[in-house]
Amino acid sequence: MYAYDEIDRTLVNERVSEFRDQVKRRLSGELTEDEFKILRLQNGVYLQLHAYMFRVAIPYGTLASNQLRALAHVARKYDRGYGHFTTRQNIQFNWIKLAELPDALADLAEVGIHAMQTSGNNMRNVTSDQWAGVAPGEIEDPRIWSELIRQHTTLHPEFSFLPRKFKIAITASDHDRAAIKIHDIGLKLIKNEKGETGFEVLVGGGLGRTPFIGKTIKHFVHGRDILSYIEAILRVYNQYGRRDNIYKARIKILVHELGIEKFSREVEDEWQHIRNSSLQIDDEVIEDIRSRFTYPNYEKLPHMPDELRQAAADADFEAWRKNSVSPHKVQGYSIVTISLKPIGAPPGDATAEQMDALADLADKYSFGEIRVGHEQNLVLPHVAKRDLPALWKALDKLGLATPNVNLITDIIACPGLDYCSLANARSIPIAQELTRRFANHELANLIGRLHINISGCINACGHHHVGHIGILGVEKNGEEVYQITIGGRADEGAALGNLIGPGVKFDEVADVIEDVVEAYLALRERPEELFIDTVKRLGVEPFKERVYATR
Amino acid sequence: MTSPLEQKKIKIAGPSVVTANRTWDGIVVYRTAAKSWSADLSEAAIVRNSDEAKALLAESVADDVGAIGPYIAPVQVGADGKIEPGNLREQIRQTGVTIGQPAQV
Repeated sequence: MYAYDEIDRTLVNERVSEFRDQVKRRLSGELTEDEFKILRLQNGVYLQLHAYMFRVAIPYGTLASNQLRALAHVARKYDRGYGHFTTRQNIQFNWIKLAELPDALADLAEVGIHAMQTSGNNMRNVTSDQWAGVAPGEIEDPRIWSELIRQHTTLHPEFSFLPRKFKIAITASDHDRAAIKIHDIGLKLIKNEKGETGFEVLVGGGLGRTPFIGKTIKHFVHGRDILSYIEAILRVYNQYGRRDNIYKARIKILVHELGIEKFSREVEDEWQHIRNSSLQIDDEVIEDIRSRFTYPNYEKLPHMPDELRQAAADADFEAWRKNSVSPHKVQGYSIVTISLKPIGAPPGDATAEQMDALADLADKYSFGEIRVGHEQNLVLPHVAKRDLPALWKALDKLGLATPNVNLITDIIACPGLDYCSLANARSIPIAQELTRRFANHELANLIGRLHINISGCINACGHHHVGHIGILGVEKNGEEVYQITIGGRADEGAALGNLIGPGVKFDEVADVIEDVVEAYLALRERPEELFIDTVKRLGVEPFKERVYATR
Repeated sequence: MTSPLEQKKIKIAGPSVVTANRTWDGIVVYRTAAKSWSADLSEAAIVRNSDEAKALLAESVADDVGAIGPYIAPVQVGADGKIEPGNLREQIRQTGVTIGQPAQV
């Protein structure tokens, strides 16, 4: 966990007071909606179909148990008893009243949580690997650098009115769990030949109406120079990024239009002006941030404790362990992913009761720490292997032990037309139906790793372009129609999916996905060949033939 | 679907209402003939041509404190006078999400 200092606490509290005053002036009519809109957006407040939506930042996806309890409290006191974890490691509340928002923010501020820059045309929440600090083979904890960037960019005047929103993701592992290639800036922590820590820097990734995979702009930027390099990128973007057309305002469009070579030359020129300035980071700064991250006092534990050996006889426990438990960098400990994708439920949602209970379980079994992943699941990052059976029983009672992590029912879905004012079609009911179709765990295991991502509009909050199977809802002649792509992926081999054919109606989507999966099972060379690899080997055509032959 | 918030040209193909979200709590409201807002669609003022729609929208926009983001939405009016939402979006806004909310699952 990262311990905020007095500067952070003062900043968050002052922000609450400021927003309370702004809300008061809005409700009295002193501020018009036009004047107020930018202020509420800077505090994570959107207007959706039914109500205001309140997006709360969870920096780099790390939560302490008391913070999760505070989120549960907000869900219970100010909302309808649940929250929705998002693909950018935030949480959203769907039914907040504007008049009560300052109180909700004040309650969250007591535990160091805020909603700054969770919307608006500024630097958004820096996201990272949900296994940061515990993943075997990691270069180092990427959250140290995430925190550095968070500090530098929070309320940074130069980056508060960018042409459009701006998202950074950081990973420190070869396997990219942070989807860095679909971010405005993606940072991969690496070591150079001298053993120095730095970053491979990617730029111009993003989804939405014009999707691009990020391109490497520099193969190595030393850690001490990362702020100046990011600042150089942002300055070029701020100067040349389009402000006349919202659909062409993201940095990915600028990178595409200039070309990566010209864009990188512009960045390089700018960087030379600011590289040796106060933006150069002293080792002490990094060490100070590092020192504010506390890590568990791990015990020396056996690799295979008796409790785990005995529990292996329980088939249900084993199914969960094999699916949801991953190796930890410390012997005797595990990383546990908690699926927020129970069969038939909205993906990524958790009730206040579940959040409270998870906070208790985190205290009991994970040194009080919880993580949020971009796949809309939660993680307990430090679970002793001996505690896994007890944890599983507790999770099962909460309805949170569905063993479907990374399987076909572990679906990413945006809120869609059930909540979102931008959506053209519903996402959640499609996800719910698909989880019912593939509820059989043996079938899901037979299919193997397969990511379905669903968006209810072209803005792609459900990351449909990079789903192994992507589903995009559009509206055609007053009806919901869904376009289906296959072959996308969001990891280190990031790729955009390809359309398999004409869109299908709401009621047909699950049938079509079943056909795609059946085609895969028939086409794969061996059981170990993942869906994504079969698509890569064969292309779209065999799937298209199968799906559309009878339609 | 054009974002209602960007609705610029006012053309209506049938009976319509002006809808928005109430400022203090965000709930869905409809403009009434009495120049106020109601959460009850049956109390909405019905407009049937572009001029009427334009006038009702202008009046609604002027009430910036009462509700935000007003726009014209289609409705269907039954033989008995009952007003129903004219499309899926408006139906969801009126009747709520089409899914079980987690606390109810």
